[in-house]
Amino acid sequence: MGQQIYEAIADGILGGGVYALMAVGLTLIFGVLDIINIAQGILVVLGAYLSYALSVHLHIDLFVGLLITVPTMFVIGVAIQWLFIRPLRGRDRASMSLLAAYAVALIIEGALYRVFGPNFVVLKASYITSSVHLFGFYLSYIYLYGFVLAVACVAALYLLLYRTRFGRSVRATMQDQTAARLIGIDVNRVAAVTFGIGVAVTAIGGMMFGATSGGFNPNSGYDLISRLLAIIILGGLGSIGGALAAALFMTTAEALVDIWSPDWAVVVFYLALVLVLIIRPAGLFGRRGARAQ
Amino acid sequence: MRSHRVRLTSLGAAAALAASLAAGCSSSNTTGGTAKPPILIGASLSLTGDFSADGQAYERGYELWEHDVNASGGILGRKVQLVILNDNSSPTQVDTNYTDLITIHHVALTFGPFSSLLTAPAAEVAHRYGFAFVEGAGGAPLVFSEKLPNVFDVSLPVANELNPLVDWIKSLPASQRPTTAAYPMADDPFATPQVQNAQGQLEPLGIKTVYSKIFPEEVPDYKPNADLVAATGAQMVVLGSTDVPTVSSFMQAFEQQHYNPKIFIAAAGPDQGGAFTSAVGVSNATGMMVPDAWYPGYANAASQAMVKEYVAKYGGSPSDVNADVAEAYSVGQVTAAAVKATGGTDGSKIISYLHSGVVLQSVQGPVQFNSLGENVKAIAFVFQWQDGKFVQVLPASAAGSVKIISPKPDWSS
Repeated sequence: MGQQIYEAIADGILGGGVYALMAVGLTLIFGVLDIINIAQGILVVLGAYLSYALSVHLHIDLFVGLLITVPTMFVIGVAIQWLFIRPLRGRDRASMSLLAAYAVALIIEGALYRVFGPNFVVLKASYITSSVHLFGFYLSYIYLYGFVLAVACVAALYLLLYRTRFGRSVRATMQDQTAARLIGIDVNRVAAVTFGIGVAVTAIGGMMFGATSGGFNPNSGYDLISRLLAIIILGGLGSIGGALAAALFMTTAEALVDIWSPDWAVVVFYLALVLVLIIRPAGLFGRRGARAQ
Repeated sequence: MRSHRVRLTSLGAAAALAASLAAGCSSSNTTGGTAKPPILIGASLSLTGDFSADGQAYERGYELWEHDVNASGGILGRKVQLVILNDNSSPTQVDTNYTDLITIHHVALTFGPFSSLLTAPAAEVAHRYGFAFVEGAGGAPLVFSEKLPNVFDVSLPVANELNPLVDWIKSLPASQRPTTAAYPMADDPFATPQVQNAQGQLEPLGIKTVYSKIFPEEVPDYKPNADLVAATGAQMVVLGSTDVPTVSSFMQAFEQQHYNPKIFIAAAGPDQGGAFTSAVGVSNATGMMVPDAWYPGYANAASQAMVKEYVAKYGGSPSDVNADVAEAYSVGQVTAAAVKATGGTDGSKIISYLHSGVVLQSVQGPVQFNSLGENVKAIAFVFQWQDGKFVQVLPASAAGSVKIISPKPDWSS
């Protein structure tokens, strides 16, 4: 039993890295734009398909392919923000942005069905099925790489937000858009670039999702979005580090409960989410009222 | 969780409704005044959503049948015309779709959707309106438990699907039988009953159960469950799966854990033809087994013709044709036979006819229904991937069976 618990914890921590990669973009976009991007699930799947296309048709390694998919997704993110989010104005902006994101999800899903069809596909590489023997059990390379990438991404986003001029603009926009405009920040540009960065990071999450999920098709995003939303709520909306911590908590709790009762694993996570929100309504790392305009 | 998902249902249904209404208008404009109007046949299929791969394969099966029956002059001198709505794999939407098909589209006949999960509510709608409900993917006990008189499943009842495997293990000398078995199951009316049935028969043979747990069907990450199975070191794994990703995830995790069961059979997934081998690789697929009642190599003239036609129309090879296509095609064949025999589309007459004990022919073989609507003539087989070929291996004595590969070869990717 002890060995099973250790292995479950390892599975949970490493699997949490994958979810963190998928969730950080979502929480970053919320932090700056104050919208819930419910297209995040399908954007993860789009990232996976881009990696798939590069791997199958151009034989580009999954990690090397990120050099292409990340910038591509950045451009797609900026385009989505300019075309669908930026034009929204007024009191109903938040609710209208939900519909806009939904429309984006439908368009991308339809396009993926048209291009790739409904059959499941997988990403393949030697490091996906190979593993290293550590601490008495096998740890797969793909999850190890994913975890390192997740930590690196979170660190890079922190550096971007807290050590650069652009980051100061982003944080100013997060705190008060009107005041940010008054001091000369191009809020529209900040919003577009931030949305692009959020979607670009999702390319990495998409590749990891495709490599670890056992198969995906254009519909796979719907199974993800509720979990990604739960992660960023638990971590604190807008908190990048919180997204990582919540993802690790979710997957570790589920892996541990799996030992005794797999059908309770998901329930336990959502139960924990409710309990945390009762005690800390802003989530683990959220700040109450930080987003008040 | 399904209940948390954002649904495409309303938009999808509206779009499909608009499209099919438009199709209906155009067909009535072109039918002309003298030609007999076509027989409208309604079906709800999972063209998007969790079952979209199977749903779209079903659509192809229905459309192949539609093409063939119209090419041969139709039924009773009338062409047939399918009206297919998308249910987005939702049991709620499938209920709405069949109501719309009957009350708005005024279809004369209905064909079943994909999966037992959707067939159960759909059959009740058809029953409410007095329609016979011939289907090919609703073989779970859940569907028959309502004892609806209008349900007719042309395929194999799923609870018995693993019986050939059990019989084969029984036939092995005690020294060659697996000593331990693991039974991970998705929480699904198709997957769970057959695995539990097999477990109930294997335990009395002295095969110790080292893992038997049901996991939610839509878990995005199966690795923790698969790692727990691997940790048991079970010699046999009977996986209650519903699709390719579930099987692929378990195979991937087993390989990562350097664990290779001697016998590995999955309720669904390996039957998906090229979609399965492209996901797991041809070499790793070797030795993987799946129960079913049909495969592309089935020695039946109508089946062979259908496979040939499928490959000509959609490309690929015969191994790419999955059982969904044959199931759907069989639904059309059985319905057509009933309409011809009863001289029309009257639901009560068709129901009486199909309950009469008549034996009908389909691309899956003979069809005869018992009082519950189960096909008592369907024979369970076990199929196995052997070096890129999907072959029948059990029952070992059955015509067409080849030698089973056991133990399963080690992972080779």
